[in-house]
Amino acid sequence: MSAVLTQMESTQVASETPMTPRRVWRAYAVEAKYESLRMLRTPGFAGPFLALPVALYLLFGVLLFGTEIAKDPAAAMFTFLGFSVLGVMGPGIFGFGVSVAVERDQGLLKLKRALPMPTGASLIAKMLMAMLFVAIVMATMAAAAPLGHLRMSAGRLAGVSLLNILGALPFGAMGCFIGTVASGKAAPALANLMYLPMIYLSGILFPLPKSMHWIAELSPAYHLDQLAFACLGAGSEGAPAVHALVLAAVTLGFGALAVRRLARVG
Amino acid sequence: MSQSSLAELSGVTKRYGNVVALDGLDLEVRRGELFAVLGPNGAGKTTAISLLLGLQRPDRGSARLFGQSPHLVEPRRHVGVMMQEATLAAELRVREHVALVASYYPDPLTPDEALALTGTAALGNRPYGKLSTGQKRQAQFALALVGRPRLLFLDEPTVGLDVQAREIVWAALRRLVDGGCSIVLTTHYLEEAEALADRVAVLARGRLIASGTVSEMRALVVRKRITCRTALRVDDVSAWPDVQTVTRDQHGMHITASNTENVVRRLLAADEDLQDLEVERAGLAEAFTELTQEATQ
Repeated sequence: MSAVLTQMESTQVASETPMTPRRVWRAYAVEAKYESLRMLRTPGFAGPFLALPVALYLLFGVLLFGTEIAKDPAAAMFTFLGFSVLGVMGPGIFGFGVSVAVERDQGLLKLKRALPMPTGASLIAKMLMAMLFVAIVMATMAAAAPLGHLRMSAGRLAGVSLLNILGALPFGAMGCFIGTVASGKAAPALANLMYLPMIYLSGILFPLPKSMHWIAELSPAYHLDQLAFACLGAGSEGAPAVHALVLAAVTLGFGALAVRRLARVG
Repeated sequence: MSQSSLAELSGVTKRYGNVVALDGLDLEVRRGELFAVLGPNGAGKTTAISLLLGLQRPDRGSARLFGQSPHLVEPRRHVGVMMQEATLAAELRVREHVALVASYYPDPLTPDEALALTGTAALGNRPYGKLSTGQKRQAQFALALVGRPRLLFLDEPTVGLDVQAREIVWAALRRLVDGGCSIVLTTHYLEEAEALADRVAVLARGRLIASGTVSEMRALVVRKRITCRTALRVDDVSAWPDVQTVTRDQHGMHITASNTENVVRRLLAADEDLQDLEVERAGLAEAFTELTQEATQ
């Protein structure tokens, strides 16, 4: 009898209860929680982007060149920061790029637009997911840092980790733009087209010749890397404010293009 | 917009390039009704629903949801949606999907209540990607009603469901209407509209060609069907006035006629041994076919 009553009550329409600000905030938090959960449960995404940066750092910074790096604190810092920035790029570019494109293809973004999802909750959730992934990457990098002969205080390590977590923003915006212009099938290729050249041409993993420096300056990875050097009080190329401005401009520029396109094409 | 109207399209025209999807369409969803929107493929049903949900903007005319623009989030907080083409994240469990959608609403059911109502409690812990097509539809139905909406949009809700699951959906829909929910249903299953709908709208080529109760729709089609066992010849009966078609099979002779009374009188007069006489009114399916054929000719 009680089950019948419960079912009858559950088919009554909701009263005129307003959506409180607290429930709106909760909706953003729930969206971020499930976006992160589903990406953590996707081995093809979580595996490479959580494990690869630290695995490559251990391979190059410890196993292959550990002896040389041990003698040169600057090289130890360069290697650590380079692979850290590599870890920042992936979740944003691929996490956003591929998932937005696939969700557009599958009609999920359309369904969420029809539902009363709070404005931008889906995109904000993806951004927070990318930042969570970067936080995990930075925790693994910090744990591996002593093996890479990095000498850095815990406070500075925390500072550079925080910077890199915020550094997910420009790459997320770039990924989001890819997701709005490419289909689900084309998005991984387009993301790789952005990701792979940026790894090699930004100078984050090995120094570029002076003649190619201008190419590095086109890359947000270079600016984040230089900002990390500045954050640690090490010598950086160019003014930190300029690096920060470039990263902010990339975030706002690609973000605006993506939001505009999403509003037009869904 | 009247007090009883929850959603409304007024004089709406929508084009995709050279194709006119909707052509001056007026449509109104009233409080407490189950409203079925029918029409052949390309009739404009999906476009009409998309406009009511704020997914697109009309080229001309207006769309209103609870008296407001459907592009605002506020009126959509009274709406539940089930779309045919939406694919949910495979990695999340059904209960997690329901909890996520519940978070969008001010006063939702708990996920377990929504699952119980839709007969999907056993699916709660299963990843969405592992469900069969029918189970996915059932899970999406739970998502549609978890917000305790005042207006529910359902696009082909029972496609891919077995008979038992379809009965559960139908029963839930009837209870929701009893609980004060209004429902807009698009379906290819005319028996579904016939069994559930208070009111039906038939679209063809982007225009409303008929709307009313199921009985009113049937009445629009004057044609009725006569079945009997008789020794009369098909060719002879075909030549009678008011007779439209005549066929014969193992069950006897089947006649469709615009004035059945005249034809029955003549049948009885012409064959004293006539047996098993039955006269049926056209069903919704026949009405639908005739109306849409007329509109597209």
